[in-house]
Amino acid sequence: MTGVLEHYDQAAFFCEMLGRSGNPPDYTGAIRERLASLDLAALQRRSEDAERELYNLGITFTVYSEKDAIDRILPFDVIPRVLSRDDWATLEAGVIQRVATLNLFLADIYGAQKSLKDGIVPADLVLGNANYRPEMIDVPIAHGAYTNICGIDVVRDDQGKFMVLEDNARTPSGVSYVLENRNMMLRAFPDLTSDISIRPVDDYGPRLHSTMVEIAPPCDGDPQVVLLSPGTYNSAYFEHIFLAREMGVPLVEGRDLVVENDRVYMKTTGGLQRVHSIYRRLNDDFLDPEVFRPDSTLGVPGLMRAYRAGHVALANAIGTGVADDKAVYAYMPRLVKYFLGEEPILPNVETYICREPEALAYTLAHLEELVVKPVGEAGGYGITVGPKATKEELERCRALLIEDPANYISQPTIQLSVCPTLVEGAVEARHVDLRPFALTGKSTWVLPGGLTRVALRRGSLVVNSSQGGGSKDTWVLG
Amino acid sequence: MARLLARFAEETFWLARNLERAENLARILDVNETFSRDARGSQNWPSIVHLHADTERFFKKHQAATANTVIHYYTLDPDNPSSIISCLSAARAGARTLRPLISTELWTQINVFHAWFKTLTPSDIGRSDLSRLCARIKEGCQTHTGILEGTLYRDESWHFYELGKYIERADQTTRLLDIKYHMLLPSVADVGSPLDVSQWNALLRSAAGYHAFRRVHPRGMSPGGVAGFLIFNPSFPRSVMLSVTTVEEILGRLRQRYGLRSGYTALEVLDGIRGTLASGDIHDLLRSGLHEFLDWIQVQLIKVTDALGEAYFGHPPATEGQSQEQQ
Repeated sequence: MTGVLEHYDQAAFFCEMLGRSGNPPDYTGAIRERLASLDLAALQRRSEDAERELYNLGITFTVYSEKDAIDRILPFDVIPRVLSRDDWATLEAGVIQRVATLNLFLADIYGAQKSLKDGIVPADLVLGNANYRPEMIDVPIAHGAYTNICGIDVVRDDQGKFMVLEDNARTPSGVSYVLENRNMMLRAFPDLTSDISIRPVDDYGPRLHSTMVEIAPPCDGDPQVVLLSPGTYNSAYFEHIFLAREMGVPLVEGRDLVVENDRVYMKTTGGLQRVHSIYRRLNDDFLDPEVFRPDSTLGVPGLMRAYRAGHVALANAIGTGVADDKAVYAYMPRLVKYFLGEEPILPNVETYICREPEALAYTLAHLEELVVKPVGEAGGYGITVGPKATKEELERCRALLIEDPANYISQPTIQLSVCPTLVEGAVEARHVDLRPFALTGKSTWVLPGGLTRVALRRGSLVVNSSQGGGSKDTWVLG
Repeated sequence: MARLLARFAEETFWLARNLERAENLARILDVNETFSRDARGSQNWPSIVHLHADTERFFKKHQAATANTVIHYYTLDPDNPSSIISCLSAARAGARTLRPLISTELWTQINVFHAWFKTLTPSDIGRSDLSRLCARIKEGCQTHTGILEGTLYRDESWHFYELGKYIERADQTTRLLDIKYHMLLPSVADVGSPLDVSQWNALLRSAAGYHAFRRVHPRGMSPGGVAGFLIFNPSFPRSVMLSVTTVEEILGRLRQRYGLRSGYTALEVLDGIRGTLASGDIHDLLRSGLHEFLDWIQVQLIKVTDALGEAYFGHPPATEGQSQEQQ
């Protein structure tokens, strides 16, 4: 291996570029050749150009734990992650199957509750879940599509096998980086990308708009779609802007909307104008102070009334959070079989549900081998990675587990696949995951590829942007 | 066709005003620096503070209005809501909110311009650097104006941008003139002297109006000629007359093309200003008091802004004597 991969060491991991040790797959041949003809200084220089462009664009990610860093660049790594056509076919089918199951499960728990009565999932796990919304019982949902925008987090183990790590059925973020990273790649590395057939991603905005139109209530003419954002201080505000622009729809905040006669209107220069379909990037709690958190100033009083009356569509539907809960996740393979009569195309990572006494006992006995996750949190907060944790961290985790076992699950540490990554002037192996995005209205469409997140810290398995992660362009070969 | 959100209309209006303010502040500092090169220089800096009605706030922070304190207060001081950094920060925040409407190029330019300005320290704004610094600020603001002209989709939002820009321009031109008036106050005897003419000359240049003035008045330069030009000339881009006429036109177009009929109060006030300008004469003005006239214009422009707020931005009606203008 010459060029930038000359000193690259993938260790014992599966490498997205080089496959299993000493056995590089054919489909990465073209990109490997091109990387071999680049020297490190040139790669570094172009990486800096790309970084400057991101800075100038103000592409930002707010990190709540760093109070003063309101604007921070989500680091972009210039070496792409490549997926073969066959691997993508499997992923795409697996994601569609998973989303179909999530939607059937949601329709069931807010309807007949057969899966609970049949004992597939413990009823109290669902009905007692903080994200279960009894207000949603028997609310009609267009096409049974509860999670219209869904992100399925997928990892790959040391054998290269794909498995689902987490479902994101509420308001998954990151799709804007998929599109921006591709733009960046095409601009900064025209020579790397030319003559390789990469499936395009720029169709996402129009597809999202079509989905919003498909779920809108009947109306004369084109339904008015808007994107509802919590505002400029939200960590994903950049993405809200991006998606509103891609769809060509107004980016509204709660204060721009008003409900009259169970219909939603926006306040414009010419008075009130009817709104039919809302892509809301606001959590359930904040949506309507009349029904949920009364102190919410971000929401719209009366929104739930309009929603129940069928005069406005919300994407995603209210109450989807119960389906992507880390505790419900453990039951997903069984739910796939129950609702679809199929074997799961993408398996789960083995999961111990600590609310069950045996699982808790096992977890406590193998704490230093396991990853322990709180079920309620998102974004990598509160995770303890056993093999990496100090004695004190393990003891703190043990205390938390004993105090509130139902709040935790544990999983074996997966030897996540790696990808060559430019870090501090050298190309090194860093762990990656993948978040494909699926849009569901009348049917489900999966954006080719998805967001590849990379853990930039050496040896780190946590890829979340709030925990020192970056991202890569993801190529699905055509 | 989706109508413009009231909140976006207001943000667009203030984006224009903040950029225009930053540019004019750079012009005022620049012209004052030029004036203060003469012997009476030490008198000049307090006038900027008076001009912005900032006396109380300023002297809470500083003992004296010297070149250093005034320049710092109006460039880098984030606690001063009318400093350049405050204008640029507000403009950037506004542009961030307006990202769904404005071009990526427009956003990037403001973002980078603001980021550059934020890196400046007091050692970068010494008097020897001021003129260069002001030139760069003006250039940044003009780049913004240029990109906006070339990329902003000409729908409702563009009209609200133009309203903001020209209202602010009219206001700032009255302030630029007023600063000169303040300076002349203690020395009426100097009127018409060679020194005085050079100062009016510098004032014109700071408004980028010297050559335009020369085309209208090939010979001579009198205070009345310059003040009259900046107030009444119908073709000079920064004159009060042109700004007010443009605001009136834009408002008319908003009402006709977009059916926004509620701007009637604003039109009425504008009609009053234009009527006064049309029948006005600079020599009468100088006799009856230029400062009072400029002050009256500023009050009328605040009334226009308040009327726009009620008509289009969803503000509740202002009670008597209470202005809703942001500072």
